[in-house]
Amino acid sequence: MSETQHFRKHGKSWEEIVAHCRVLVLDLDFPAVRAWKQQTGGKAVGCFPVYTPQELIAAAGGLPVTLYGGRGLLEIDHADSRIQSFVCSIARSTLELGLANHLDWMDGFVVPSICDVARNLSGVWQRNFPGQFVFYLHLPQNVDSASSLVYYRGELERFRARLAELTGRAVSDQALQSAIRTYNRNRELLAELYRRRTVQPEQWPASHIYALAGVGNVLPREEHNQLLEAALALGESRPRPKRDWVRVALRGMFCEQPPLELLEVLEEAGCAVVDDDAQIGARFFLEPVADNGDPLTALAEAYLHQTVLTPVNNPGQRSRSEDLLGRCREKWIQGVVFASAKFCEPALYDAVRLKRAVEHAGLPTLEFEYEEKMTVFESVRMQAETFVESVLFFS
Amino acid sequence: MSSSYQYQDVGRDLQKKMLGDWYRRLENAPRDGTPVAYLFISGNIGELLRSFGFELLYPEVNALQCGIKKVAGDLILKAEDLGYSSDVCGYVKNDIGLATSGNRGPFGTLPKPDLLVCNYSGCNTYIKWFEALAEHYDAPVFLLDVPYRRTGETQRQEDLDYVVAQLEQLARVCAEMTGKPYDPDALSAQLENSRAAEDLWVRILESAQHRPAPFDAFFEAVFFMAPIYVLRGTRECVDYYEAAWKEIEERMAHKLGPVSEERFRVVIEGPPPWPNFRNFWELFKRWGVCCVASTYSKVGGIWDFGLRHDPRRPMESLAEYAVNCYTNWDWTLRRHMLERYVSDYAADALVIHSVKSCRAFSVGQADVREHFTRSRDLPTLFLESDLADPRYFSEAQIRNRIDAFFEALEHRRVAAVRPVA
Ligand code: SF4
Ligand code: SF4
Repeated sequence: MSETQHFRKHGKSWEEIVAHCRVLVLDLDFPAVRAWKQQTGGKAVGCFPVYTPQELIAAAGGLPVTLYGGRGLLEIDHADSRIQSFVCSIARSTLELGLANHLDWMDGFVVPSICDVARNLSGVWQRNFPGQFVFYLHLPQNVDSASSLVYYRGELERFRARLAELTGRAVSDQALQSAIRTYNRNRELLAELYRRRTVQPEQWPASHIYALAGVGNVLPREEHNQLLEAALALGESRPRPKRDWVRVALRGMFCEQPPLELLEVLEEAGCAVVDDDAQIGARFFLEPVADNGDPLTALAEAYLHQTVLTPVNNPGQRSRSEDLLGRCREKWIQGVVFASAKFCEPALYDAVRLKRAVEHAGLPTLEFEYEEKMTVFESVRMQAETFVESVLFFS
Repeated sequence: MSSSYQYQDVGRDLQKKMLGDWYRRLENAPRDGTPVAYLFISGNIGELLRSFGFELLYPEVNALQCGIKKVAGDLILKAEDLGYSSDVCGYVKNDIGLATSGNRGPFGTLPKPDLLVCNYSGCNTYIKWFEALAEHYDAPVFLLDVPYRRTGETQRQEDLDYVVAQLEQLARVCAEMTGKPYDPDALSAQLENSRAAEDLWVRILESAQHRPAPFDAFFEAVFFMAPIYVLRGTRECVDYYEAAWKEIEERMAHKLGPVSEERFRVVIEGPPPWPNFRNFWELFKRWGVCCVASTYSKVGGIWDFGLRHDPRRPMESLAEYAVNCYTNWDWTLRRHMLERYVSDYAADALVIHSVKSCRAFSVGQADVREHFTRSRDLPTLFLESDLADPRYFSEAQIRNRIDAFFEALEHRRVAAVRPVA
């Protein structure tokens, strides 16, 4: 019996589910992935965090595993001599995971064209792990051009063919449509989780949501779906006290992840995070991906035209600031927190312009940088408390 | 230089004059009613824009000029005051600093863009940069998406087809903006010039295979390459390379080189530290170091492995060119290029100048050092500073590292020739 079935049958408590997820999210030896491999004999494919169409990997019988670096739990030792210190932590610590043998389960690595760092990492990876399946996936940035759809569909077709070589299983359209349905369901459940938090933030702490959503990065989606269903059924069974909050949106965590303590510190300081871009790769689409017709076209369409906006995909005709301000209105947001990973250029550029737009619209902002390995949160706590007080008492 | 030489310094002086004239044309563009397009050096498809009558402005070149003229530091601080992090690319900050101070630089006052062409090739920062300028100037952006050139695969036709489709789209945008129809003959005529200039430029680059090398493929190449990057496609650009080639021929005839005595031949990977360009060069000259091949001279196009613009296939060859710029190559290709340079140019060492600003260039350089020192047993010197931000250049530290490196190299050489007792 799988762990999740176990939850459903025996009705383990909310706290236990969350604790269990948290352990799996933070375990750098990927026990859930190893267990899956042992059970199924399948291939596990690591994916750098944003815009890998994992549906294709699942449809090929593989397990897509999102890599989020060392989670601050890893000494950067071998990677130091390969990637300089002025580069974001996730690139360095993901390489370290590989060099320090934490990824010996990995049968392949997909690096999408997230940014300059990710792109160059693909080549570093190839040299350090010769012979490993490494697929560099381009995401067209000229989103408004008709040629982008043709190109990206072709790119996905090439990816599909390579995956079939890796797993030995050709990916039929039917299998892909079925994977799309499973992933749609997963995004629907995640959206429900986030929606509930928006309505009742005290009931759904950000770090709990993070663990529940994050465990999907190391589990087959079917299993994650069961787990989310169980968690949603349990979530409101133990009411938590209401408190004085400032409802905030949090931006900058689309790729490198913050330490979970950072989310906790923000909440303790009085920020109810009701909109964030953490682990955004798993909830990238505004609409379900079409599960009929040509599935590659459906995925390509979705990636080009139905995505949330992150600093690393091009908005085309959409406006980044309008998008953020629209969300703020929709969710009654009172302030925006820009937390960028140190050295993450895409996030840092966007923060400048978005901060200006948000302030121009009359909303207060808070800005700071974080690092994977951050252990002292006092300065963030103080800044957040000041921010909350100023919103609660002066605006 | 002694007066018995006819052509010496032509390469540097003539390009200076050409750039001066070009900046004057830019300054006058609003008065003359000439439309102005901003674009980037890597993968620039300038010939196409020029065929519609655009005058071209390259913000990177302005940033470089500000670096050399030592005004970059203040402009960067200005952008940081506006909220830009100390950790983002100094070129972008330099340009934001310029744009928000009336676009007045050491080269005069620059016109606003009518069109921003983000000829995306090998750098994501380009996109963020032009997003910011689009907002600042309220100007339209055309994003030309150029896929990364990936390992182990020959040039993929689908990548080229995709770029061609977008170039055709860009041509329609330009036609609409300027009221001029796309004229393939005008474009081909420029590409003919491009090809002629590229032939000559490659000849100059390859001259460094001689001993002594007549030309420094890094410190001098940065001047010699300017015309082919910003004025490629014009007749004056071809004239320039004809004149520059004469200078090189004359140097070869007289065994002249950039250093009085060539003691070490190196390949250099990475861009120069513009605000400290002279000092940096001096630190190498003292050791009789000549750079015989560099990757920086390939950021705006790789022609020494055979690619050329082709007037018979205008759009296809523009696409092929755009895909094949240095930082748009993945690391396996970049590594092969370095290996080839080391052997074809008989280099004694590899020098890597890693700049913080440019992750497109630098992420992976430490890994390539590992490769050359461990797997190739090639002495490799790794230096860190920046291409735009003077705060990152620590002269004493860099000098020490350079001195220690060449001292060791000299020692190794002496030890190698000493007969075994
Ligand atoms: S998007 Fe940011 S965090 Fe992610 S790899 Fe690029 S620089 Fe690093
Ligand atoms: S990151 Fe590098 S290529 Fe990109 S704009 Fe900056 S200096 Fe130029």
